[in-house]
Amino acid sequence: MRVLGIETSCDETAVAVVEDGRKVLANLLASQAHLHERFGGVVPEIAARAHLENLNPLLAMALSEAGISFAQVDAVAVTVGPGLVGALLVGMAAAKAVALALDVPFIGVNHLEGHIYANVLEHGPIEEPYVAFVVSGGHTMLVYAPEPHRYELLGQTLDDAAGEAFDKVARFMGLGFPGGPAIDRLARKGNPRAIRFPRAALERGFDFSLSGLKTAVVRYVRQARARGEEVDLADLAASFQEAVVEVQVEKTVAAALERGVRKVLLGGGVVANTRLRELMAERTARHGLELLVPPPELCTDNAAMIACAGYYRLHRGERTDLSVGASATLPLG
Amino acid sequence: MLVLGIETSTPQTSVALGTESGILASISVATGKPNHEVVLPSIQHLLRETRVSMGQVGGIAVGLGPGLFTSMRVGIATAKTLAQVLSLPIVGLGSLDILAYGVRFGRRLICAIIDARRGEVFFAFYRPVPGGVARETDFRLGAPEALQAELVARPEDILLVGNGAVAYRRVLEEAGSHVEFASPAFAHPQAAALVELAVPRFAREDFDRLFDLSPYYLRKADAEIAWDRRRRGA
Ligand SMILES: [Zn+2]
Repeated sequence: MRVLGIETSCDETAVAVVEDGRKVLANLLASQAHLHERFGGVVPEIAARAHLENLNPLLAMALSEAGISFAQVDAVAVTVGPGLVGALLVGMAAAKAVALALDVPFIGVNHLEGHIYANVLEHGPIEEPYVAFVVSGGHTMLVYAPEPHRYELLGQTLDDAAGEAFDKVARFMGLGFPGGPAIDRLARKGNPRAIRFPRAALERGFDFSLSGLKTAVVRYVRQARARGEEVDLADLAASFQEAVVEVQVEKTVAAALERGVRKVLLGGGVVANTRLRELMAERTARHGLELLVPPPELCTDNAAMIACAGYYRLHRGERTDLSVGASATLPLG
Repeated sequence: MLVLGIETSTPQTSVALGTESGILASISVATGKPNHEVVLPSIQHLLRETRVSMGQVGGIAVGLGPGLFTSMRVGIATAKTLAQVLSLPIVGLGSLDILAYGVRFGRRLICAIIDARRGEVFFAFYRPVPGGVARETDFRLGAPEALQAELVARPEDILLVGNGAVAYRRVLEEAGSHVEFASPAFAHPQAAALVELAVPRFAREDFDRLFDLSPYYLRKADAEIAWDRRRRGA
């Protein structure tokens, strides 16, 4: 079964064709980062306009790359939330039109389930139960999956998503946008133990909070400058990153142990962070947990993961009505 | 040739099926559910009730606004993708043109007005001509007070039509006794009128290029407006 996947929840227009939930025949992105850069964040109206402009040419390119015609599409999967509603609606309108035109099944997919299913694309079907940590520019979320397509939210961010905090700190340090890769690169040259930043979020169950850490970074730099000291940016980046990553890894491992699962799944753009992968691998191994990570191109927002999650839902006989609306805050589960 | 028309530039969702010889069916829902929840089920309903299959449709017509950003995008994304998947020609028309066409049966000048929200309206002026209307101005965006001043400056009889005329009736009727309001039944651009207007374009193969088809926004995104203002130092 070939599933056409469409994803327009944020600032990437994405179209993919995935066969039998595993074989990626095409996985294309039209990034809009350049349109939003000068505003320092994604502008919903600009994102929606760009999606409308990009989507149809991208559909044509995806089918051509997959080497198929529309008649060979067996089903359509589309992100219905969470995300920017105006942006989601462009992808959803197009996906519904494909389903109507071809008279094929239509399935709405939760973006966050898509991030989890990026692992299935890479590793094949994964038996529940497991704990998944989804971390990106828009989300920081720890979930427990007891059975297929059922999720229990264990914790989420109380303020900034990790990617957002990376962006803000990077901007403060003058490193440019996006901040994640910039901090990651610089941190490799620094000492993560140079500055001891607070890990206050450790005390608050499985939820995350980065506002205190962000403030601590700003205060540290201001105080150093007031004393006339030069701040070692590499040490600063490494120490900030260590504080973020350590909390993420400890909570993920603690959640896995508490729920008694043997598997930990990662997903989301921030998984590209070298230190997160390294520390997560080390700590999960120490506790005998199996760690599953998608390749970098499937960690960031893409439509292959949506097609994959959609495939497994369709396989269970699920269908979504063509009257479905978009949800900015669609809960997982 | 069978044409499917889709018009979602206002809170109304309107879809219609028609040919050279007339409209086969149309559905317009002006309140309640948002456009994106109504448009696809309405097309399905239209096809079911007329016993027409999507495969029999020969062209797609779509209203391009100006209108509500999110609403127009839903209709345009739907229309473009239907045309793309089925390899059908597509024709886009201004929603103010569609609105004016609906009230073309007279000699008076027509001012079509769509509510742009935030205290503004989209509008344009039209002259009835045999078989239709001829647009005399560009599509414009402005405060109802500015439109009122323009109506005052045009002393001939004018018919105002559209949900913008309904919303700002009190401001606009002060323009003078030469201004008359069309029935609220004509307040939204109808897909049936869109199909009627599009049929001759399909007949002379005056299609639009699918990938280039985009809405008439007339207004930038808020963030861009703020950015421009900062750059001007205002
Ligand atoms: Zn994401």
